[in-house]
Amino acid sequence: MKTHHHVILSLLAGGVIVAGCASSPTPAELDKTTAEAVKASFRDQGIVKVSVLNTDETAKACSAADAAGKPLDEKMAKAIEEANLKTIKWPSNGKFLGSWQEGEKLAQSGRGLTWTDDAKTPNGGNCYNCHQIDKAEISFGTIGPSLYNFGKLRGVTDPNSPASKAMVEYTWGKIWNAKAYNACSNMPRAGHMGILTEAQVADLVALLLDPKSPVNQ
Amino acid sequence: MRLSASISMLLASALAASTALAQKSAIQSIEEYRAMLQDGNPADLFEAKGEDLWKQKRGPKNTSLEKCDLGKGPGVVKGAFVELPRFFPDTNRVQDLESRLLTCMETLQGFNAMEIAKTPFGRGEQNNLTALATWIAAESKGQRFNLPQSHPQERVSYEVGKRLFFLRAGPHDFACSSCHGQDGTRIRLQDLPNLTKNPGDGIGFAAWPAYRVSNGQMWGMQQRLNDCFRQQRFPYPGFGSDVTIALAVYLGVNSQGSVSVAPSIKR
Repeated sequence: MKTHHHVILSLLAGGVIVAGCASSPTPAELDKTTAEAVKASFRDQGIVKVSVLNTDETAKACSAADAAGKPLDEKMAKAIEEANLKTIKWPSNGKFLGSWQEGEKLAQSGRGLTWTDDAKTPNGGNCYNCHQIDKAEISFGTIGPSLYNFGKLRGVTDPNSPASKAMVEYTWGKIWNAKAYNACSNMPRAGHMGILTEAQVADLVALLLDPKSPVNQ
Repeated sequence: MRLSASISMLLASALAASTALAQKSAIQSIEEYRAMLQDGNPADLFEAKGEDLWKQKRGPKNTSLEKCDLGKGPGVVKGAFVELPRFFPDTNRVQDLESRLLTCMETLQGFNAMEIAKTPFGRGEQNNLTALATWIAAESKGQRFNLPQSHPQERVSYEVGKRLFFLRAGPHDFACSSCHGQDGTRIRLQDLPNLTKNPGDGIGFAAWPAYRVSNGQMWGMQQRLNDCFRQQRFPYPGFGSDVTIALAVYLGVNSQGSVSVAPSIKR
């Protein structure tokens, strides 16, 4: 007998997880039940609308791979990276590097886009939550790699030189859309998803690559 | 007391040392700070209030909760917490402690469960619900988690919870697993338990309800999950909604055999 998952109105708004009979549901049925539970459980609050749960193919494929406990196959990963690479918007004024001082402030800030923020809250970069950056800041997370000496280790002594071009572009691209280089990276797609503006991305590139930035001392 | 201020004070001396040493001693200082907190947990006050609320005649029906069935039969409190969430035949759904308490408050006492579910945390009957959850959890302190998985809906909840744990969404593509999917990582200086497996006695699922020093609030698991979703930039999960309960089943089953230390005290 087929397992049915009825949508019922329970005591509390929700209640979609109802197995009809004893047979085990298939993975596809469980995916469907999960989607129904999400639909029934979340509501708009403040500036956050339920529409932020309508994800793209990248998020869908990576979520499914994570839940299954096996990484994406190489072909799929490549296709996702290529699709994300195409989304990268390069600086319209041609300037990849902004102010590292502003970049440091952005890297410190984890604000913005929660339901307790208002629309006027400037979005932070959340960088220190996961990365070591300026060595003077000892409160840093470790989910991402250390970015201390980012430019120095990569031999960027003059970001405007032709020799630095590839690394400058990579740094911009990685911040704009991290999934262009690693399909299921844990890192947000700051430019692509509209978290940071072009000017803010330039400030972060400067924090990482400007030879005068504390990152490269 | 604001934790940020306390940490800054603790960090001030540490900053004088070399960076590597400074970081180690900063973490040690925070550990010492946490140890000092253990001397007196304000959760005790919520516990006492919760026990009173359980025995008090309240609500439109002027009845106590003493006949509430938390899964081990009417009125059985000891050991109930470490087996929740579980399936309840009378409501035909899997319920966690807080949603089960709501059911009892409605059926036994005549409260409007929907209304309480819609009340913001920390207000009115939500405060009472947290106190009740704190006392009930405390009655199982030191016991090992042993969530049932024999009912098909309990197994469906686990599988749905797992999918939700890995669900990347919102502007930042954050899932629960973004922060809680690997060993030995932290956000800023905050250590993160890996919740895809058993994180150990008193860690993760086994630490809530907890008193939070940084904001002076007592939080149940519903509020803990709610604030995780807030930080993930997700929309607002309904109180006692399927998503929150399925996630609790996933975390609770993963914590099988771990000792509950709730109510604990957190930064």
